[in-house]
Amino acid sequence: MQTSADLDTSASALRLGDDALILGQRLAEWSARSPQIEEDIALMNLALDQVGAARALLTRAGELEGQGRDEDDLAYLREEPDWSNALLMEVENGDFGRTMVRVLLVAAYQLPLYDALRHTSDEVLAGVAGKAVKEVTYHLDHARSWVVRLGDGTQESHRRVQQGLDELWPYAAELFETDALTARLVERGIAVDPSSLESPWRAAVEDVLREATLTVPETTWRPTGGRTGAHTTGFGYLLAELQHLHRAHPGASW
Amino acid sequence: MITAEQAREVLARVTDPEIPVITIEDLGILRDVQVEGERVVVTITPTYSGCPAMAEITADVRRALAPTEVEVRTTLSPAWTTDWMSEAGKDKLRAYGIAPPTHRVAGPVPVTLGRRGTDLVLACPLCGSTDTEQLSAFGSTSCKSLWRCRACREPFDHFKAH
Repeated sequence: MQTSADLDTSASALRLGDDALILGQRLAEWSARSPQIEEDIALMNLALDQVGAARALLTRAGELEGQGRDEDDLAYLREEPDWSNALLMEVENGDFGRTMVRVLLVAAYQLPLYDALRHTSDEVLAGVAGKAVKEVTYHLDHARSWVVRLGDGTQESHRRVQQGLDELWPYAAELFETDALTARLVERGIAVDPSSLESPWRAAVEDVLREATLTVPETTWRPTGGRTGAHTTGFGYLLAELQHLHRAHPGASW
Repeated sequence: MITAEQAREVLARVTDPEIPVITIEDLGILRDVQVEGERVVVTITPTYSGCPAMAEITADVRRALAPTEVEVRTTLSPAWTTDWMSEAGKDKLRAYGIAPPTHRVAGPVPVTLGRRGTDLVLACPLCGSTDTEQLSAFGSTSCKSLWRCRACREPFDHFKAH
């Protein structure tokens, strides 16, 4: 019998896992399309780290949910409203500069998040966080060097990376939103208060943007809804690509 | 029935599918071997969370102990670090042309949002020169980065310290 505490922890693992899986899927779209071979390899490494964390997180979410769903059921058989990833993870890649801006915005969030989660009272989540924190450190380094190179590069690269930043920036606010679930989880020592991550995130990102000669966007538009299943139009296409093989050949293995 | 010691001895010869000169014991990913009744329970740990070799390693572990019934458990905690790699393993990597992870000070590693140093100095595993440079922090597998030696001009992999 699952307790309401188990279900809360499951929902928390699902949010983390959905974030990781959907970002991993977006990054994987660059496979064989990157500007150079080293970058293709780098982006696939980033994607693989995210998908690896997602597998463990979705498995944990399924166990605690108690409905007999495993990582594959959760990844391949849920419809759009059942996904709880933040919108920032799912919006289209855009060009390479915008892709790197997203990696920067997400890694600067995941780093303090996973660092704090190493001390969660859920042993499995703590284990995932302990591995992920080291991997995300590489992601942040990588994104930082590209954003600086492009921002402080040519007029054209500066213009495009600034545009990507302007487009993605409003989506970041959702990462730091709190709700009744996060409040209960923080009280139990399971989750990190998302709002506490905003100031370290902002400091780290602004540090990079300054070096990259980019302007911090000013916006009052705060798109939200991903955590409760209200997703963007492009998300349906992403899920179609992610899920079609599994749905076309249910139960297939090799 | 096989004993835990015998099982461990057999498993110590199972090699990594990506780097076949090094065994899973050398790598430090073979965590525990126990006999529970008629079964051998083997605990392994991934180097990186997305390591695709885990499925292959699991299959290799089963094959090595066949026909004994084997349960392979994967654990993430405590997290694997390159400190788990044996000195013999590091020598084998070097001989294979992969720069082994450089020694890291024991104890907690501070996690920081600030800039990380890229001042790592690696000796080329082929000619020994330290006139080397990193080409990319990401290599052909999750656990490696890509380097080049300026002295002998050869590219080489580095097993990332982790």
